[in-house]
Amino acid sequence: MGMEFNKETFRKDFTFKNSAKAIKRFPFPFYEDSYMYSVNMEPHVPGPKGSVFEPMFDVDEHYVAEMQDRAMVLAEDPLRCQSLPHMTLAGWDLLELIMESKARDYPEWFELHKDGHNWHWINRPLGIDQKFTFLDESTLPYGPMEYITRQSQGDFTLQDQRDDNLWIEAGMVTTQADWSLDFDIGMSFHEWHAPVPRAHELGVFDRALKFLLKLQHGAPVRRFNWTLTVDPLLDTSPENYPKWGPMRADISPENVGERMYLRVELQTLHRLPRSNAIAFPIRCYLIRFDDLVTVPKWGRRLHRVLRDIPEDLATYKGFLRNRDSLVKWLSQYDDGAPTSTGWMAD
Amino acid sequence: MRSRPVYGELTPRPGSGHLFVADGEGAEAILDLFQKAGAQASSLLEKSHIIYMPGPNGTDFGARLEALGAAQYHRSPSFASAQSRLKKVLADAHMGLQIYLAGTEGLMGQAQRDVIEAGLPHEAVQTEHRGSTVRRVQCVHCKGITENVRTDPIKCSHCGLHLFVRDHYSRRLAAFQGVNIDAEDPGQVPAAVERFK
Repeated sequence: MGMEFNKETFRKDFTFKNSAKAIKRFPFPFYEDSYMYSVNMEPHVPGPKGSVFEPMFDVDEHYVAEMQDRAMVLAEDPLRCQSLPHMTLAGWDLLELIMESKARDYPEWFELHKDGHNWHWINRPLGIDQKFTFLDESTLPYGPMEYITRQSQGDFTLQDQRDDNLWIEAGMVTTQADWSLDFDIGMSFHEWHAPVPRAHELGVFDRALKFLLKLQHGAPVRRFNWTLTVDPLLDTSPENYPKWGPMRADISPENVGERMYLRVELQTLHRLPRSNAIAFPIRCYLIRFDDLVTVPKWGRRLHRVLRDIPEDLATYKGFLRNRDSLVKWLSQYDDGAPTSTGWMAD
Repeated sequence: MRSRPVYGELTPRPGSGHLFVADGEGAEAILDLFQKAGAQASSLLEKSHIIYMPGPNGTDFGARLEALGAAQYHRSPSFASAQSRLKKVLADAHMGLQIYLAGTEGLMGQAQRDVIEAGLPHEAVQTEHRGSTVRRVQCVHCKGITENVRTDPIKCSHCGLHLFVRDHYSRRLAAFQGVNIDAEDPGQVPAAVERFK
């Protein structure tokens, strides 16, 4: 079941492309024809074969290129990966979770051999063969969190739990929807979510925190989040906003299909066994509007969601200035037919 | 905005020692506290260390604070110049030290950060906001901090970008976040409005 990994870029010439298979398995996030914040968490149990839910951590055709992009972001700005000193144990927990999951779910690509604390990790797609001592930082080229998240698609944050709260105190954040780890590190749950409109008033964060404080080891949960991005740029960081902000002004009715992307985050939450911290992988999937509307249900639904979304949410998600162009373009793909409940293609 | 700290009112508490850090009008919060202490004031003063600096608006009540007669009184021209002294006092602190911070948000935030870094319990810290509402702002782009921000937008004092001043606040940085306001339409910078005095 060998897979070709795409040779592609997420910057400058933007050669990123989804294959027909990737379009078919795209995690379309809208369960119905409208959108509002909710806790919307469900158990992260293996989903249908071939779906992004099948493995614990999905590895897809973009894997190698995404890891190359991450290395470039980190070379430009090392502050995208930070871990407060007391979070190292949680980093080891995360390394173990990812290595065990990948070796189990993709044995042809990843192997993990353990002899007591002497571990041997093989990552074939990235050409890595590493022997190290578990829990001994000096035996790896980076700290444990940085080491393993340089080999895993998606952003990762680690939350310490104390005083009945969660504290974001470590993270690898290079594919983010416009938030800064460097600014938010050390904040409590409500503090780092402070800028989100409406959700506080809806009680979403109170309920989510209550739920997460009780999260059990071995029972991970998942939810979706989403936004829109111009061009397949993974690094939409606030740090680099002066570089990518002007791209938003390039959108016209003629180029919507080609240059607008739906950006979906598959967020999972895992209780870690030794540190009692919570790992929060935020996996980003991009799909070009032109590709998205090849699934009729998705085209209809995205049109209705963007047309009806409240203005403050469109502002927060950064597409208010282009909303009219997007809705007009998408309306070509909405014949008004009813759509079925759930996110699967009809 | 939920990331902004909530400030209270300074009240005398029993403790093995009392450390006061204040700027500008924050001096009056300390004077009021000793007023409230009544008969206890003199025994409190015997164990008090006051570090004071003028406010960003120039307010200087140093003479009135010094006249209280605390065991130690120190006036600094700025927080930066007071910081090494503050860190030494915190490093030498005994169990039961009570900490009182008063004045501008920037002063309290920076002092509180030093308190946390020194490993002192946050329950030992009281804060009271008095005086100027000027902000410390971190440019999210170049990471430089601009002090005493009065207007929105501002020009970053390090990289020169025009920044919108968000209400999002980091206690670790003791600063609000500044984000480039004309990133999408370079050159279109709205006129600065005085939002913080």
